[in-house]
Amino acid sequence: MKHFLTLLSHELRMLLVSPSTYIAATAFLFFMGFIFTGILESYTKAPQEASPAHVFFSTFFLPVFFMVPLLTMRCLAEERRLGTIETLLTTPVTTTEVVLGKYSAAYILYVTLWGATAGFFYILKNFSNDPRLLDLGPLIGGYVFIAVSGLLFVAIGVFASSLSRNQAVAGILAFVMLAALIIGGRWLGEAAFLSRDVLAPAKAAVDYAQVFSHYDDFTRGVIDTRHLLFYFSGTALALIFSIFSVEAKLIHS
Amino acid sequence: MPDPLPPAIEVDHLVKTYAGMTAVADLSFTVARGEIIGFLGPNGAGKSTTMRILTGYLPANSGTVRICGHSVATEPDAVKRLIGYMPENNPLPEDMRVSEYLYFRGRLKEIPRRKLGPRIDEVLELCDLKRVRHKIIGQLSKGYRQRVGIAEAILAEPPVIIMDEPTIGLDPHQILIVRDLIAGLRGRMTVIISSHILPEIEMTCDRVLIINRGRVVAQGTPAALRREVLGRTAYALIVAGNIAGLPALLQAVEPSFKITATGEPDAAGFVQLALATERDEEFGEPLLQALIAQNFRVRALSRAHPTLEDVFLAATRRTWDATQPNLPKPPPAGPTP
Repeated sequence: MKHFLTLLSHELRMLLVSPSTYIAATAFLFFMGFIFTGILESYTKAPQEASPAHVFFSTFFLPVFFMVPLLTMRCLAEERRLGTIETLLTTPVTTTEVVLGKYSAAYILYVTLWGATAGFFYILKNFSNDPRLLDLGPLIGGYVFIAVSGLLFVAIGVFASSLSRNQAVAGILAFVMLAALIIGGRWLGEAAFLSRDVLAPAKAAVDYAQVFSHYDDFTRGVIDTRHLLFYFSGTALALIFSIFSVEAKLIHS
Repeated sequence: MPDPLPPAIEVDHLVKTYAGMTAVADLSFTVARGEIIGFLGPNGAGKSTTMRILTGYLPANSGTVRICGHSVATEPDAVKRLIGYMPENNPLPEDMRVSEYLYFRGRLKEIPRRKLGPRIDEVLELCDLKRVRHKIIGQLSKGYRQRVGIAEAILAEPPVIIMDEPTIGLDPHQILIVRDLIAGLRGRMTVIISSHILPEIEMTCDRVLIINRGRVVAQGTPAALRREVLGRTAYALIVAGNIAGLPALLQAVEPSFKITATGEPDAAGFVQLALATERDEEFGEPLLQALIAQNFRVRALSRAHPTLEDVFLAATRRTWDATQPNLPKPPPAGPTP
């Protein structure tokens, strides 16, 4: 792990000097701001049950579907396409360090972008003068959920990037995997055929992997270690597969 | 370890196959420390594959490779600290500045921070890159990019440097710089370069290794290779007169003289001939005198200097004949004038 910090600072520096980072950040904040105004508008028309923070973070899957593939599709696919992975891996660095460095940089950017949305709540607090609009519980729970689930989502993106040398293919793969995890899990949870007694273990497993119900727990202030374990183990698995994928491509190239 | 200083590179019965296709077949060679070795071969001969195996980037199917006594398969970390590698096509990140890139690579190669600054200045000076040190690599011309790759390979002063086609795409002036640069490493570092520009290899390398279809087909100094593959003293002659009587005249000068190629007579009756002997001495003067004494009209007589290209073609053709006996033989090429 000697070179991890060198690789991480290099990756972060490359992100900071790249215009695409700023374009992505602007688009993200514009989109989230749009959603946020929409939510506030609905509050002016009729009283609502949930706090604005709860509604706001419940749209997390929209930016995840588009931001995560965009942030991660470059990282390993680009290195392989340019061939710089060859110069990188012939220095005393290990594949693990390379994958972890790229993953950490993408995760830091992801969390920073979400962190910037805290500005929305700051503006709301300053201009609404209504403490009921700013419920601290769902707000903190929402950010914790974003940080913890982001670990897995970004790891899935990195894994998709390790599978292809084409950025577009990597991006689409990441999108499909994330959609399968978030929407597909929800759909399976509601599917009737899983309710049979024979399939009870499968049903239990699907229920365990419901990202939306995890989200509900987090914003209600319940930080369940089972949820944490789900995201941490999923992250570890996706990263290990990424490392294997990079090494397998070398052996079978 | 019995030998305190094992050779820089030992390759022993190396085999590498890609999806059923053999890229490297039972390759063995040794490179002494401080030697500059040229790696030649036609496209697909296994040059790049061999180099990638030497760096530990690709695993081999069988055989052993040792760099300074460390096995590439079992001690990849030690080996990676001993080599500087410039891959084929010299991949570089597009959006970094030259000095930034060298700093990043230096940190990865574990050069201490306080030594790295002066060392970067040194390699920039060596590779004549001072003027572009703050430029973005993606905007550099091919020649500069190539030199950035070389600067990166020698940055950590490794004992073994492996460069896959370092002079590709350079202009003659830059080739000269690169050649001087590589010659400047002689004795301090072991260098393996592959190239298609054969005179390049001839001028810089102590030894040439020609491989074809994954096997070594010839090795030795450029001069020895020439003798081994192409035979001895040879001449190119343009002459008019009684061509039928020429063989007898040649026999009189030197018994082993043979006409290896005969051209068509031109409008004035001059014929271009290629002559070969089995000896090393000069026969130019007695040959010329004998020709004039026999009333031949001589337009040109020159000693043929077979280039490495001829050696290369002859050596690789030999393996084609050996591996594909059913194919029709290509016509024998005469020594170039």
